[in-house]
Amino acid sequence: MTAIKEVVNWFGKKEALLLQVILAVQDADPQNHLSEEAVNEISREMNISRSRVYSTASFYSEISLKPRGIHIIRICTNAPCENANKASILAAIKQELGIKIGQTTADGLFSLESVNCLGACYMSPAIKIDDAVYGDLTPEAAVAIIRDLRKEYQDEQNA
Amino acid sequence: MNKMLDDDQIFNISPGRHVDLDHHCQNGGYSALAKALAQGPETSLKEILDAGLRGRGGAAFPTAEKIKMLRANTEKLRYIICNADEGEPGTFKDRFIMTHIPFQLLEGITIAAFMAGASEGYIYVRHEYPEAQKILHESIEEAERRGFLGDNILGSGFSLSLKLFSGAGSYLCGEETALISSIEGKKGRPRLKPPYPTQAGLWQKPTLINNVETLANIPKIIEKSASWYRSFGTPDSPGTKLISLSGDVQNRGLFEVPFGMTFAQIINEYGGGAKTGKAIKAVNIGGASGVLIPPEMLFTPLEYLACAKTGITIGSGAIFVLDDTRSILSNVQNRLRFFLHESCGKCTPCREGLRQANLILDRLLAGEAVRQDVSTLERYTRAIQEASFCGLGQAAGNSLRSSLAYYRDEYLASCRDNKPSFIEEETA
Ligand code: SF4
Ligand code: FES
Repeated sequence: MTAIKEVVNWFGKKEALLLQVILAVQDADPQNHLSEEAVNEISREMNISRSRVYSTASFYSEISLKPRGIHIIRICTNAPCENANKASILAAIKQELGIKIGQTTADGLFSLESVNCLGACYMSPAIKIDDAVYGDLTPEAAVAIIRDLRKEYQDEQNA
Repeated sequence: MNKMLDDDQIFNISPGRHVDLDHHCQNGGYSALAKALAQGPETSLKEILDAGLRGRGGAAFPTAEKIKMLRANTEKLRYIICNADEGEPGTFKDRFIMTHIPFQLLEGITIAAFMAGASEGYIYVRHEYPEAQKILHESIEEAERRGFLGDNILGSGFSLSLKLFSGAGSYLCGEETALISSIEGKKGRPRLKPPYPTQAGLWQKPTLINNVETLANIPKIIEKSASWYRSFGTPDSPGTKLISLSGDVQNRGLFEVPFGMTFAQIINEYGGGAKTGKAIKAVNIGGASGVLIPPEMLFTPLEYLACAKTGITIGSGAIFVLDDTRSILSNVQNRLRFFLHESCGKCTPCREGLRQANLILDRLLAGEAVRQDVSTLERYTRAIQEASFCGLGQAAGNSLRSSLAYYRDEYLASCRDNKPSFIEEETA
């Protein structure tokens, strides 16, 4: 768990930085989540109770206590995207991945989540995959992006 | 994107054009900071006061008044927070400022901190904006290297340590007291005001919190004067407003609009009007927490006073257009679900009121509601708006209230006991 120590040292032990520590630890986790071990480690390193760490972590929707996929697909649910036919994008993604919102594919490659407005309403419907925003989507384009990511992963595995 | 783009505006944001530090300086950037440092905080503040700048985050509070409150405080350690937790659905102006003109924002924060006497600060950026976070992070480091931030800025003796703070996916953290509590490492829940952050904010110290757009206005006012600034807009609402235009229009996008234009003009001149062959049915102003208004009201000018009189919430400056193929009820429900998801559950009117209202909308949309349900919904709306603890609950009722006022017919038409078949059944 040197990653956690590094992060905690980098931010300092100030209790105030708890949220930044949690986010950095989650970012460093291959399964994009905050594990029980990580919570224990943060609590020890920052000298604050585990329940405090849990209480803060569970309040925020971008922090996950469950393991997630390598890629996180977030679909915007607000009115400008909904009116731009978000439903058809969501349906295509669900079908391609065989999972529902809040789930992770069996191969651990993708998680599907909903998200609030991505600030991309001028190109709605929009989704976000990891750190990238994709706008003006069609169901076909959404599926193509997912297939590319899957292929990329398989190529890495075979290399 | 901004078809009226010219260098004499306050924001020169064009798509794909990132203004780096060198370009910022070439365009007069950081001359405002140098001027402010030379003329002192009082003179600079006077300029902001004369310019009549008001908060662009939604509350429209006079910026100079806020800064004055901090100056009146005897506490030495003061904080500045830039609220970049842009989460109002339909809004993307702050994202563009951060990614396209980050140094105009940083310069504004530095001048505001100087006027308020703040030596430490945070930019609270929502987690959903990783690109903006990255650009700001690099920009802060670069500004520090070049002496525009950090210790002894431009040799003036004034220092500001500025850090980036990431949110973690909570709409409520856009509320200033919730945001402070989030920086302090706690749940982002609002607390009762007063005391206001200007009195007891971050770690109980006086804190100036301003929205991104508000702060990014400041360098231009200092550089070019209050009277130049007032050449845009109206006496009541000087300057310009960044408008995030989306929905059923020809051109969606970000536009810098002078105050005083009517909403109809904005939608037609910048947005190109409704999509071909369609008519506008309703316009949502101010994002999810704003109101839904009918086309007749679009002749209201974008101006704080005129909008307050007609019950229009300018809010973040989001304008979302619905054409005649859209259902008002589904749109209202979309907003309700959003607020239900974001409600922190602390108080009953918001937590339970929204849930009950949502159930009624379920019934209405399924064609199972009766007229009685519409009056019940009106009662709940009043309770949600009047008895909620924080702005979230109060704002959540806006689309309900306005849609019930202007589109009551659509609600009633969805009721089972208003349908001819029902009336036949009843009389049979
Ligand atoms: S109004 Fe809603 S969000 Fe605000 S405190 Fe009450 S429950 Fe929480
Ligand atoms: S509503 Fe989807 S990006 Fe704004």
